Amino acid sequence: MDAQTIIARRTARELAPGMLVNLGIGIPTLVANYVPDGMHVFFQSENGLIGTGAPPEEGMAHPMLTDAGGRPVTALPGASTFDSAMSFGLIRGGHLDLTVLGGLQVDQTGRLANWTIPKKLVPGMGGAMDLVSGAKRVVVAMTHTAKGAPKIVRKCTLPLTSTRPVDLVVTELAVIGFPNGRATLLETGPGISVAQVTAATEAELVIPKDVPEMAF
Amino acid sequence: MRTLALDQSVAMIPDGASLMIGGFMAVGTPERLIDEIVRQKKRDLTVIANDTAAPGRGIGKLVDARLIRKAIVSHIGLNPETQRQMMAGELEVELVPQGTLVERIRAGGYGLGGILTQTGIGTTVEEGKRRIDVDGKSFLLEVALRADFALVQAFLADYLGNLSYALTARNFNPVMAMAAATVIVCAEHIVPTGVISPDHIMTPAPVVDYLIANS
Repeated sequence: MDAQTIIARRTARELAPGMLVNLGIGIPTLVANYVPDGMHVFFQSENGLIGTGAPPEEGMAHPMLTDAGGRPVTALPGASTFDSAMSFGLIRGGHLDLTVLGGLQVDQTGRLANWTIPKKLVPGMGGAMDLVSGAKRVVVAMTHTAKGAPKIVRKCTLPLTSTRPVDLVVTELAVIGFPNGRATLLETGPGISVAQVTAATEAELVIPKDVPEMAF
Repeated sequence: MRTLALDQSVAMIPDGASLMIGGFMAVGTPERLIDEIVRQKKRDLTVIANDTAAPGRGIGKLVDARLIRKAIVSHIGLNPETQRQMMAGELEVELVPQGTLVERIRAGGYGLGGILTQTGIGTTVEEGKRRIDVDGKSFLLEVALRADFALVQAFLADYLGNLSYALTARNFNPVMAMAAATVIVCAEHIVPTGVISPDHIMTPAPVVDYLIANS
């Protein structure tokens, strides 16, 4: 299994029946491929859709039915559409059960930076700040390192997305939570040792006595 | 509501005007109005919109033609030309979290001075803003936005100017239709009054000033 697949499959285990879920661009989008058989969840696209389905078959794209990246999608039976005010009301108002986002850095208290690298990458925050500040549960699905450099750090050097800490970070090496505001190793990746995780992590990690391996 | 030819409607927009433009990555953006603004070379525009789309598409065409002085948007990541002009100091970009942007516009259209949100607290977005505590929680005061013109793309418009929108092309359109001094609408289909059921009208006719006639 490659890193992206490990991350997406493990993150999909955070889904529960009936949840309203928003998936960010990149690895988070792949989570939709691993919804357990028979489980119904609602996927939101923040451009105004609940019930987002897979991309349409060739020739079936509708120019007015897209995801938040502007790509054609389908709408599943039971889908609903709405304006951007309602879409972000859903996000901030306690109606969104889970958001899965990518990350550039997460610090050891769970604070996320994922929207800009000043002077290099200035795409704008889009909906990211609202999602991290407003969703009931925030999961970051990202690779553990970037070009060998740890992304789980003592203190974010990049601008924060929100001061609200995330709930869980899922990487190909580890699952990390933040009980009592401290980064804690909850699971290791397939075939990965605790030492391998700590070697690839700059943040100070709390290591419980027993750390199980990720199950899918 | 008056029906106008496309060129006459754009002729009303002076250089330097502020425009709210509907659409999300050009989905639900009134492309005919954009093309006509480019043709008439309206300059020094302030554009309030979700994003600047991509080169050659939607608001991206205004960026390509260098007609925008300031953009108030949530996202420019899919338009490298916007980023280039911003870095070169040719285009001022105010980045606003998407949920805050739509609420500032909604406040402008609904007669409110602004809104309180937790989004942006403790980030660069907070700089220069007031923090207000309500029931022990901190919020940022985000002030209302209005514009000289709203350029709206509807799916259906009836002869009176009642509007409905389709699928994800709704996005910012109905919110912007409330928040500008002059509201100009393009519709995919112009239909006889009564065709849109009252329950399905998303923007009521009295807020629409001009409907662009079919050519």
